[in-house]
Amino acid sequence: MGKKSLFMSQSAEKIQELKTALHSFHLSNGGKMVPFAGYEMPVQYLEGIMNEHKHVRLKAGIFDVSHMGQFSIKCDEKEYKKLEEIIPIDLSSLKMHQSKYSVLMNKNGGIDDDLIVTKVNDGLNIVLNAACKHNDVKRIHEVINQKNTKLHEDLSLIAFQGPKAASILETLVPGVKDLKFMNGNSYNYDNEKLFINRSGYTGEDGYEISLPNKLVEKFCKKLLEDKDVKLIGLGARDSLRLEAGLCLYGHDLDPKTTPIEGSLSWALSKKHKSDGSFLGSEIVLKQIKDGTKKKRVGIKPEKIIAREGSKIFINNEEVGVITSGGFGPSVNGPIAMGYIKTDFAEIGKDVDLEVRGKKHKAKIHALPFYKKSYVK
Amino acid sequence: MSEKKYSKKHEWVELEGDVATVGITVHAAKQLGDIVFTEVPDKGKKIEAGNEAAVVESVKAASDVYSPIGGEVVETNSSIVSDPSLVNKDPENAGWFFKIKVTNKSEIDTLMNKSDYEKYATENPN
Repeated sequence: MGKKSLFMSQSAEKIQELKTALHSFHLSNGGKMVPFAGYEMPVQYLEGIMNEHKHVRLKAGIFDVSHMGQFSIKCDEKEYKKLEEIIPIDLSSLKMHQSKYSVLMNKNGGIDDDLIVTKVNDGLNIVLNAACKHNDVKRIHEVINQKNTKLHEDLSLIAFQGPKAASILETLVPGVKDLKFMNGNSYNYDNEKLFINRSGYTGEDGYEISLPNKLVEKFCKKLLEDKDVKLIGLGARDSLRLEAGLCLYGHDLDPKTTPIEGSLSWALSKKHKSDGSFLGSEIVLKQIKDGTKKKRVGIKPEKIIAREGSKIFINNEEVGVITSGGFGPSVNGPIAMGYIKTDFAEIGKDVDLEVRGKKHKAKIHALPFYKKSYVK
Repeated sequence: MSEKKYSKKHEWVELEGDVATVGITVHAAKQLGDIVFTEVPDKGKKIEAGNEAAVVESVKAASDVYSPIGGEVVETNSSIVSDPSLVNKDPENAGWFFKIKVTNKSEIDTLMNKSDYEKYATENPN
């Protein structure tokens, strides 16, 4: 038997992986550790990906996402314009403590990272992907004075997701149940400051909790005192986000893919889409006007599991490629995302996927595969 | 029926006459986690020892199953195709993958016995 997987392929690099503040906690809870984006992270715990995935859809789960970059900028409205040149959202219209998903643009109209920006009292907080964070910081320093910024290595980040997350977190941190989706606030716990945002990447209601490294293990243990809470690994995080139709940077998005091709036009502000005042906008605005050659779509295979790299065919003509694919435990079947020639990007369209040299039936499918239950 | 033998790639083989049954080991099934898809070879397919013969997929990963012994496929297990979780439940019995008419029975002598395999699997968990 020989494995070929997302996580295994990265283990071949033999880099000394970094550890999050929860590393020993993962090990003592049966975490199966794998290298991911330069960190040693739990892909699953003892119950396995399938059970962990279903648990998040039914109850509540804790994910360690401390490998992601927690970046802050001390700034006022005067600085917004410079930042909006590379992150094309309307920062002035963002309400205090409101968050927005956006992208870091490059000069070719491609996406250097996808990220979440939150407006806070003294400026902005940005959550960056682990594998991109150091390059992102370099890019941001080209427009914002370095001395007003910080990448917070002293903070951990946990996602607490699932239909029971709100009622359980409320018992520890009163007030969080009143947060609206994509809104956050500061709270106190154990004489320490937490920043809690109602958001997540699973398609479930939930929170992302930023807290000091020295508090994170104690806080997780407190959450785990509720029998409905379990630790969830990166494997289930991947299957949950794929069911929710959400992109994984480096797979579904990359520096050569534009937000329009990535079906992320909604992540750019109306203002930027009309006046084009951002990096790469000449390419992006032309695509908005004339269309793109390819587009990101959902794909539902009939039987086969088509992984990243599987080619998409229509009548023996190669028309695209799968960028994320696997088994969706809540969909109870194979699901995928990929890029297809825009002419064929219609829901319900029959396609063939090439897996191990053979073609297998699939259909273009609406995203998400699993209906979201966010609190609006 | 001969003693069950094990490969370094975590397959088992059981020879009866000149037909060998092949599957993945308890250890391998446990390592893979929840199995959600299997693909077995076509009947009549000729496979050399050590070559890819079948596929097993968990939520996260696809893995090749190699045939530790060469020959021609004479029967495949349709039960694991309709219910892939059978491989998790009973990998070394009901969860078998295929039966192969063996070309050279001496190939089985290169494989490990149960106690040697268990020692090997502890030392090489993946």
